[in-house]
Amino acid sequence: MSWYLSLPLIIPFIAAITAFLLRHSALGRWVSIIGSGLGLLASLALMSVVLDAGVLAGQMGNWPAPFGITLVADLLSAVMVLITAITGFAVAIYALGDITERQEKLGYHALFQMLLAGVTGAFLTGDLFNLYVWFEVMLIASFGLLILNGGKEQIDGGVKYVALNLISTILFLTGIGLLYGMTGTLNFADLALKVEDVENQGLLTVVAMMFMVAFGVKAAVFPLFFWLPAAYHTPSFAVSAIFAGLLTKVGVYALIRMFTMVFDHDVSFTHTILLWVACFTMVIGVLGAAAQSDFRKILSFHIISQIGYMILGLALMTPLALVGAVFYLVHHIIVKANLFLIAGVAHKLTGSTEVYKIGGLYKSAPFLAILFLIPAFSLAGFPPLSGFWAKYIIVKATLDIQMWFVAFIALAVGLMTIYSMTKIWAEAFWKPHPDGIEPELKTLQNKTALLLPIAGLAIMTVIIGLNPEPFVQFAERTAAQLLDPSAYITAVLGDAS
Amino acid sequence: MNSVILIAGARLQAVLLLVFSAYMLLRGHNAPGGGFIGGLIAATGFVVYAIACGTQDARKALRFDPGSIAGAGLGIALFAGVMAVFWGDAFFTGQWLFIGATEDSKGLPLSSVLIFDIGVYLVVLGAVLSITFSLEEAV
Repeated sequence: MSWYLSLPLIIPFIAAITAFLLRHSALGRWVSIIGSGLGLLASLALMSVVLDAGVLAGQMGNWPAPFGITLVADLLSAVMVLITAITGFAVAIYALGDITERQEKLGYHALFQMLLAGVTGAFLTGDLFNLYVWFEVMLIASFGLLILNGGKEQIDGGVKYVALNLISTILFLTGIGLLYGMTGTLNFADLALKVEDVENQGLLTVVAMMFMVAFGVKAAVFPLFFWLPAAYHTPSFAVSAIFAGLLTKVGVYALIRMFTMVFDHDVSFTHTILLWVACFTMVIGVLGAAAQSDFRKILSFHIISQIGYMILGLALMTPLALVGAVFYLVHHIIVKANLFLIAGVAHKLTGSTEVYKIGGLYKSAPFLAILFLIPAFSLAGFPPLSGFWAKYIIVKATLDIQMWFVAFIALAVGLMTIYSMTKIWAEAFWKPHPDGIEPELKTLQNKTALLLPIAGLAIMTVIIGLNPEPFVQFAERTAAQLLDPSAYITAVLGDAS
Repeated sequence: MNSVILIAGARLQAVLLLVFSAYMLLRGHNAPGGGFIGGLIAATGFVVYAIACGTQDARKALRFDPGSIAGAGLGIALFAGVMAVFWGDAFFTGQWLFIGATEDSKGLPLSSVLIFDIGVYLVVLGAVLSITFSLEEAV
């Protein structure tokens, strides 16, 4: 059974190694695509098993928990692994049309698969120190991708990114050390049981705050977000799409995992801070986006504002709010990655991502305009697209517990999101190109490879939007598991505990 | 640097370091040593050689591209973990083979852990060398 858990990790590793050894031949890119495809199948298999079993745990190397490394997939992990594989597959195809031969020779595909392995590992691990290791795998791979064949701008963004992430890592490690000192374990399930017996509950809250800051940097919440807009607009479009979709979400996932399972001893303190963080993140992100005029910078700031919604779901800690957070995570990854992919096509057609310098896409490439409208409207929360349901659930959760002000902020931020999306729409799509260029999709090289993943992700957005019922039911089951981790603990530690 | 004494000494030293690295790799399971330290020592051998004779000669002596060595090492380490599937165990479960085991002694124990260590050895060797060679060439 445990191979269901390890396969989504082993496949990207094998693909990374093969792609690296084949980096000088054209086969590398196909290895990457086939690897991502197989990874997708493996995560589908994992999903179907977890849907039946509820929680699936496996002890790597046969060392029993809490001593060895446990891989655990509950519904949240399984859905995150699946969505990672979907995004990875889409971006692997897109890379055919976006990544230059020079970048391939420097090992793009290997780094990309390594990144997927790191992200998947972070979602699957049931051990805090192992989570740190996966963060490092992710950080190294993403730094490589950021600066691959880059110039000054890329290195500038990359250094800011790494510097802040290293600070987060130090805090994370310190927190791990302190937590281990207090409880003698780092296994999530075991921690969930043992934190209650810690004598010094005040110190536990301090450690909780260290984790909040560490994961907050990764998730790019207010006031720790500034590395994100400094870095995300610099690399290749395929790279920034996978970053936008997945990297910050690992931080959100870690926050959700730790602050529902381990650090729920002082909810009124920790989760109130999270609530404020969430509100500020939403507002600052959306205001920052309004001030930008670069396609990708606008989108980068929107990542931040959307992260706020997810943290808000976690901060409220009611079943409905967690449903919203989970739903939001899934919806956001698909939509955001897709918007970055579209930005790449727009760049190839018009020659820039600066929205005031481009235009005319609606007239010359109407198909791309439709493909943009779907994720953009979804992001802004138009019914009947996926973003509407995500926002609706979160706002309803705030109204249910009479947090009128928070509900107001969430709605106002949604409204301002429309403003930014309209800006991109009006400038890049509607207005004629200032240089009189009429870029047509026909002229694109590798048109299929670029448009197929975009269309696929857009269709998923529409499907989730038109038929949200099964997804909401799934999110409800996930939220129930988060609020009552007993099934998780039993699966990891056995019935004896 | 073109010193005959240094080149002659470096050749001798590189060989000794490589032999010593293999010894370190093999004793690693129950005593200090192992793939990581072995790989570092082997890399030192090649670095000494590169300083004395130039990186071009050192690359020739290495025969393979250091990056590819690291990649292959990662593959071998992964294979050591995946091997467990043939015995129906979980990922990375150590598999042991005792050659000539009797009731009193365990004979010669061979394990998948050693394969993992060889993988680590190659990863460290390849990674350290690709960094030092490119630094050396950039200067």
